[in-house]
Amino acid sequence: MNPRRLLAMMYKEALQVVRDPRSLAIALIMPLMQMGLLGYGVSLDIKHVPMCVYDQENSQLSREIVSRFDAAGWFSTVRVLRSQADIRGAMNAGSCIAAVVIPVDFSRQLTSTGASSIQAVFDATDVNTTNIAQGYIQGVIAEVNAQIQSQWRAAHALSPSRLGQVDLEPSTWFNETLDSRNFIIPGVVAVILALVGAQLTSLTISREWERGTMEQLISTPVTALEVMVGKLIPYFVVGMIDAAICLGLAVYWFDVPFRGNLLTLFAATALFSLVILGIGYLISVRIRSQLAASQVALLVTLLPTTLLSGYTFPIDQMPRVIQAITLIVYPRYYVTILRDIFLKASSLLDLWKPMLALVVYAVLIVWLAAKAFRKRLD
Amino acid sequence: MNTPAADAVVAEGLTKRFGAFTAVDHLSLRIARGEVMGFIGPNGAGKSTAIRMFCGLLPPTEGSATVAGFNVAGESQQVREHIGYMSQKFSLYGDLTVRENLRFFAGIYRVPPRERAQRMDYAVTMAGLKGQEDALVGTLAGGWKQRLALGCAILHRPPVLFLDEPTSGVEPEARRRFWDLIHDLAAGGVTTLVSTHYMDEAEYCNRIALIDRGKLVAIGSPGELRQSDLGGTLYEIECAPLGAAVEALHEVPGVLEAAIFGDRLHVLVGSGGPSAPALAARMNASGLHAGVARQVLPSLEDVFVHLVARGQETRAMT
Repeated sequence: MNPRRLLAMMYKEALQVVRDPRSLAIALIMPLMQMGLLGYGVSLDIKHVPMCVYDQENSQLSREIVSRFDAAGWFSTVRVLRSQADIRGAMNAGSCIAAVVIPVDFSRQLTSTGASSIQAVFDATDVNTTNIAQGYIQGVIAEVNAQIQSQWRAAHALSPSRLGQVDLEPSTWFNETLDSRNFIIPGVVAVILALVGAQLTSLTISREWERGTMEQLISTPVTALEVMVGKLIPYFVVGMIDAAICLGLAVYWFDVPFRGNLLTLFAATALFSLVILGIGYLISVRIRSQLAASQVALLVTLLPTTLLSGYTFPIDQMPRVIQAITLIVYPRYYVTILRDIFLKASSLLDLWKPMLALVVYAVLIVWLAAKAFRKRLD
Repeated sequence: MNTPAADAVVAEGLTKRFGAFTAVDHLSLRIARGEVMGFIGPNGAGKSTAIRMFCGLLPPTEGSATVAGFNVAGESQQVREHIGYMSQKFSLYGDLTVRENLRFFAGIYRVPPRERAQRMDYAVTMAGLKGQEDALVGTLAGGWKQRLALGCAILHRPPVLFLDEPTSGVEPEARRRFWDLIHDLAAGGVTTLVSTHYMDEAEYCNRIALIDRGKLVAIGSPGELRQSDLGGTLYEIECAPLGAAVEALHEVPGVLEAAIFGDRLHVLVGSGGPSAPALAARMNASGLHAGVARQVLPSLEDVFVHLVARGQETRAMT
């Protein structure tokens, strides 16, 4: 590689990025947009579940249960209904997705048989939300049960130890507030790099073919390797700037805790960028139309990064076949590293496996990319 | 390897096939140092393909060629160091300014830093773009673009230049100025191979190679080619209507060719064919208004029309 020719390639390519409003928009606006969209929009926590109560009994106990739903904080607008038909009406109108019915003989059953039940009705069109709402309601009911039991023990003068009750005291590590934003946002860095890096580089060779500048370029002494390195370095810098923007937004705007080592994160980000840029460049060499190249780039970078990396859908919940496939999906390693560095403060030593996977990918892709472009017209 | 006495471009049996189609068919020629060689021929004759092989952009299917002493197939990197190339399609970066394009090519061609400013200045002056260094190249008019492209192609002072239809789509005034530049460079010892389909430009070349369907049909200086034996006497006749006259003349025994040349006809008559007055009389008899038939010297265009037509006849017979 000749440094003067390499510098000339970088100079030209950087100028073209700056001059092209489309490239510039992809490079600078995309990360802000994505970060805002994913940071605010994507949340796996369900708060403010709209809920109704149809209290048929209206006793002291039943009113207390209703007030517990109110106080739990998970539900919004706990509306009190007057009839069974109101439940259907409210669900049809979409004003509630869960309804609790306290039967007319609820307290009586409890005192006479020692057991009673409450009906819960769900709008199960969104299964995910239904499951979560169900969990919340069970939580409230468990509290009610505990209270009734302790009252019963007090009334019968029994000491609590005699019952040998087991209590679960959950302690959540790494994401203490159980905020899904802390889990999503580090992954956004991967999504943005995949989107920006591959989009920009997938156009770099096809653009020269389409505009006719490639024929001139390959008639000069510049080597294929100089073309590749000279074209990729400016985009690498853009990728790193984008990663820094995302990191800054994550930590200072979205308050995601950053506990790990910045240098380790930088190394992993550089490796992932290389893989993404190499893939974009390979596509660009192989596909000479700009439009087709950018479509294929989306398909092979963004899709696996959002769907198969564990960024939104946990890998261990996937069917076994898909789990096996994720092993070759390179973004999964980067997403793992991102989360572990952000939340667990994992060191390079802890992360050697995914790091090694990224190194292998980066070497392989860059090697393939370097071999792909040949300075010939046929 | 690269001895000064050797020819700058040598092709021996250079052939390029694309599947069943033969684009360049056993082309052999030599271009001396400092010579301006014109590649003339109809569209699709294989001129661009031949030039691309000389530049090392396409590997030859058969045969060989050397440029500045280097083999185009095995030493394409050295070939590229020693050539300047202008492709048919305009190929500078339209989204970069004049200065940025020059700076880029100066870097790519490794122009020594202390000579860079002076050579870039020369290229700008040559292109007539003084004071417009910061204009985006995409906004320039055709003639300026072509001269700037030439300026970029010679920044590294290559001994051999390949220009593929550099003047197509450029106004006549700008074409003339472009050819002046080529001759300035030739005076400095630069060897140039220029393809064109403008007949008048053939006259500007030291030598012309006529290419038709991939084959070299004739080669020589414009003077030599004009002397070529057309196999008969050439007459020029004013007459009307021209189209009907061409058809009528093809029926006359002894007439080898008849072609429209502006507002008159050029008629090639073989030995034993009608004389000039007889020709005119015959045409007037068929109801065509013919003037006096004068014997004329063949122009380059006559020669090309004759050679290309003969090539087609030979193919039709075989």
